[in-house]
Amino acid sequence: MWNTVFPYILSGISVGGQYALIAIGYTMVYGILRLINFAHGDVFMVSGIIMVYMAASGAPLWLCIPLVLILTALIGFVIERVAYKPLRTAPRMSAMISAIGVSYTLQNLVLYITGGLNQIYPTIPWISDSVTLFGATTKVVTVVTPILTLILVVALVLLINHTKIGMAMRAVSRDFETSQLMGIKINSVISTTFVIGTFLAGVASLLYFTNYTTVIQTSGAMPGLKAFVAAVFGGIGSIPGAVIGAFIIGIAENIIKGLDIILFKAGIIPGPMGLATFSDAFTFALLIIILAVKPTGLFGEKTTDKV
Amino acid sequence: MSGQASMLKVKDLKVNYGGIEALKGISFDVEQGQIVTLIGANGAGKSTTLRAISGLVKTASGAINFLGRDIIPFNAQQVVAEGIAMVPEGRRVFDNLTVKENLKIGAYLRKDKEEIEAGIEDIYQRFPRLKEREWQLAGTLSGGEQQMLAVGRAMMARPKLLMMDEPSLGLAPLVVKDIFSIIRELKSEGITILLIEQNANAALRCADQAYVLETGRITMSGTGEALLADQRVRDAYLGSTAR
Repeated sequence: MWNTVFPYILSGISVGGQYALIAIGYTMVYGILRLINFAHGDVFMVSGIIMVYMAASGAPLWLCIPLVLILTALIGFVIERVAYKPLRTAPRMSAMISAIGVSYTLQNLVLYITGGLNQIYPTIPWISDSVTLFGATTKVVTVVTPILTLILVVALVLLINHTKIGMAMRAVSRDFETSQLMGIKINSVISTTFVIGTFLAGVASLLYFTNYTTVIQTSGAMPGLKAFVAAVFGGIGSIPGAVIGAFIIGIAENIIKGLDIILFKAGIIPGPMGLATFSDAFTFALLIIILAVKPTGLFGEKTTDKV
Repeated sequence: MSGQASMLKVKDLKVNYGGIEALKGISFDVEQGQIVTLIGANGAGKSTTLRAISGLVKTASGAINFLGRDIIPFNAQQVVAEGIAMVPEGRRVFDNLTVKENLKIGAYLRKDKEEIEAGIEDIYQRFPRLKEREWQLAGTLSGGEQQMLAVGRAMMARPKLLMMDEPSLGLAPLVVKDIFSIIRELKSEGITILLIEQNANAALRCADQAYVLETGRITMSGTGEALLADQRVRDAYLGSTAR
């Protein structure tokens, strides 16, 4: 039984870590701007495309990886300055619509460049190697992802709770005007938030596409949506919430993917029933349930509106 | 008053809020080391005046001169850097930050780490209750404690001019008394204060100079004592119908 379930849990933890890194971007931006940045999943995809083209240009991977991360963060910075900052005093819905616009712009830009063809993601040595763990064979990236995710999350939480910029981020997330009266430049704080969020999405993209090996203009949609659900599930605005939500969703959807085999081997069902089809549906059913039962999520703030 | 330099000079200040003239050209001076108060009813333009000085709202015309510099083009952050701190209306402490962090954030533009720590200790000596609640989230404090924190936070910027927007609003009478004695204390330490109050009685009692604002215009001015004695002020702001 354990031998059947373990590989699914393992890949669930791995996917969960990737969702977590994306979900942090959603939750941080929401925390500070009360904006659902719908373009976030597409930035994640664009990060993958940049990697494809950069590696194809012949640049060595040790150079590509940091460059991709820097460029991804830069894209996050530019998107905020171009598409959200001018709408700072506009109704919140305007920025949301702008985010949807950015999302489609990025997708269409990538469609134009790639011609809509699947791009093969470069093979990053070591993390693409196979490894056997407790009898389950997987890529090294599967094991590396949750560890790296936890290291980055701990670093982020330390940054937010114990540094000056972190304190400013918390202050700005609560009250723009009073933050300004303290001498805080809110625009730089907001930019920093976007840079951190998209940087983490860049890391997620390295891990995710190493696992899935191809990138296309719609590749960001599903992981982006799942990460968004994870952020809502955990309580949007809360970083630990987003991380826990992401791991729960990642593990649950992978177990559902293997449910046929698990149940068949356990002798509960006579043959495959195609239950794997429901792995995506599960995530969204979860979204509906959480919104109906506990709209603030697992760790959400009680007051979502600014005073 | 003679011989003292004007720290803040406001001249013909006009501010429009969404098509409405909130300030219709007001002029007043704040002398170094004094408590100056603007009194007036709700909507008279008191808060707008402070917001204009602190760079939170754009001015339509007029001049704001602080220590010889025109601060009209300055944004909020630059105004703080010039030495003007504000205790905003409704206290607005960061309820998701601890008491200590709220004090630290008041010193956001300062780089002198050790002096900031010493400054925090000074605030704790002034307000021992804040010391006791050092690690609590500011949201858990009572209204009076939050007001002390808001004052302490503004002091952490080491301002030359401290602006206070309705510091007594929503506080119990005993606490209001505390707040005004703190204001007097700050003055005795040489801090210049621009105070806005609906509680005209208490404000005029501690003010060196006072101005009455009515629908965006200054209609009267004088020393606190003179206005306290003025029949029109008594009828409008201190009479039995006043708060």
